[in-house]
Amino acid sequence: MSLTLLEIEHIARLARLEITPAEVETACWQLNGIFSLIEALQAVDTAGIEPKTHVHDAWQRLRADEVTYRDEDGAVRDLLQSIAPDAENGLYLVPKVIE
Amino acid sequence: MIYSDLKTLSRALHEKRISSVELARLFLDRVTRLNPELNAFITVDEEKTIAAAKAADQRLAAGSAGMLTGIPLAEKDLFCAEGWLTTCGSKMLQNFVSPYDAAVVTKLEREAGMVSLGKVNMDEFAMGSSNETSWFGAVKNPWDKTCVPGGSSGGSAAAVAAYLAPVATGTDSGGSIRQPAAFCGLSGIKPTYGIVSRYGMVAFASSLDQGGVIAHSAEDCALVLSAMAGFDERDSTSLERPAEDYSRLLGQPLDGLKIGLPKEFFGEGANAEVVSAVLLVVEEYKRLGAKIVDVALPNSHLSVPVYYVIAPAEASSNLSRFDGLRYGYRAPDCNDLSEAYTKSRAEGFGAEVKRRIMIGTYVLSHGYYDAYYLKAQRVRRLIADDFRKAFRECDVILGPTSPTTAFNIGERTSDLVALYLSDIYTIAVNLAGLPGLSIPSGFDGQGLPIGLQLIGNYFDEARLLNVAHLYQQATDWHTRRPQGF
Repeated sequence: MSLTLLEIEHIARLARLEITPAEVETACWQLNGIFSLIEALQAVDTAGIEPKTHVHDAWQRLRADEVTYRDEDGAVRDLLQSIAPDAENGLYLVPKVIE
Repeated sequence: MIYSDLKTLSRALHEKRISSVELARLFLDRVTRLNPELNAFITVDEEKTIAAAKAADQRLAAGSAGMLTGIPLAEKDLFCAEGWLTTCGSKMLQNFVSPYDAAVVTKLEREAGMVSLGKVNMDEFAMGSSNETSWFGAVKNPWDKTCVPGGSSGGSAAAVAAYLAPVATGTDSGGSIRQPAAFCGLSGIKPTYGIVSRYGMVAFASSLDQGGVIAHSAEDCALVLSAMAGFDERDSTSLERPAEDYSRLLGQPLDGLKIGLPKEFFGEGANAEVVSAVLLVVEEYKRLGAKIVDVALPNSHLSVPVYYVIAPAEASSNLSRFDGLRYGYRAPDCNDLSEAYTKSRAEGFGAEVKRRIMIGTYVLSHGYYDAYYLKAQRVRRLIADDFRKAFRECDVILGPTSPTTAFNIGERTSDLVALYLSDIYTIAVNLAGLPGLSIPSGFDGQGLPIGLQLIGNYFDEARLLNVAHLYQQATDWHTRRPQGF
């Protein structure tokens, strides 16, 4: 397998990463280097082997779907928005979404 | 006092021979004086540290202090601590002041009463094995300042090795506690996956990440781990197990303990000096009463390839939260929302993080998921099964922590595969979720520390720590100090 420059651009787009043409070239040979290491997996016979998704093969523990906290006075919202790049009147401000 | 173990510090504090404030000042003075040589700390906040030390002194005066109350520590900068800058070694979070505490911070600082000296440097988002990917610059190894301290918990290791802190927290997803501990002549434990809460610990690869301790001795590791571990309902993978005193077995004789040597860990990739130092340790364990058996981990050579599928896959998903909108870095002058995402992420993340996000995005994408991600998870099971079989033959597994000692800063930045292979003996342990620790076991010809890895069965931390402790009772590698510190 070998990733092409076009594929690198596509991956960057999926990952929401702006990438310059020079970076595409660098990423291409670097990622191909890493994938040459990963290719070793393809030779392993894994027929009948279940994927291991969790160390202890445990189930996800879920809590009851209940409201446990109400931010009545907006104090927590204000605290969390105090570290936002841009927020005003309890709203996150973002660049324009539609024309 | 600076060079004392935690028990000695605790006794001095309880007997009022020193106050927590005085102790904190001793270490803060060293940080001010010596940190510029090492770049181990990202954030120091004297006011906060002294306030915490005063609170500890009040507990000590009131008789409500525990074993660790008033003892200083350094926190790896991916543990959120309320009011502290928590950067994760990234430009993305360079201004992120955490609004809440990680479970580890709650337990060690708020409950046990330890005093944070500050936040220590790390590879960006814990992605690295040399601490060279940090936005805040490389950390230097106190044993040789031209060498890396290892990573990703490189700041933790450098701070403890240089006695800028008596102990530090770390995290380990593929070797990030054990490899820097090995490179810096320290003891470091990564416990069984699920016993230390990941709540408030910035996520890298969630099925692998586990908090732990870097200290001088196995005994110090045991004391801090006991205060750090425990069930937490806020982490969905936290295990519901009763609290444990991990120091409870310290000092018990080995009594025919069976130590397994995997031949795969002594193969061609390992440096000869490292192998011979580790084999000398085996002789010491024989003298202490252990039996040596050969074990096989036939799939362990696949652990690096499996890791570089699973860890980036989980990272690409976890790091999608950094959108430049709610917190973290936002690129200036974005014309629309899409640009705000792509520019903020392109400018906020460093090269290694972006590489791993891209690998992860690719292996999870349509058409490649089965061939890479599911395949890696299947091989992950084979690797874990190898350990299960090996532990039928032995009680602990012993080998080198890393194939080499610390390498030069810059030496492996252009050869990523060589860099990745420095975790070849540690990664399999994370994939299986087992506890592993590294202890110092000698020096190479250049005077750089050599690390020994001990791997235990699930939940066998107490025995593992005792096995390490008995070696440290018989040797003095862990008490050696780097020149100038």
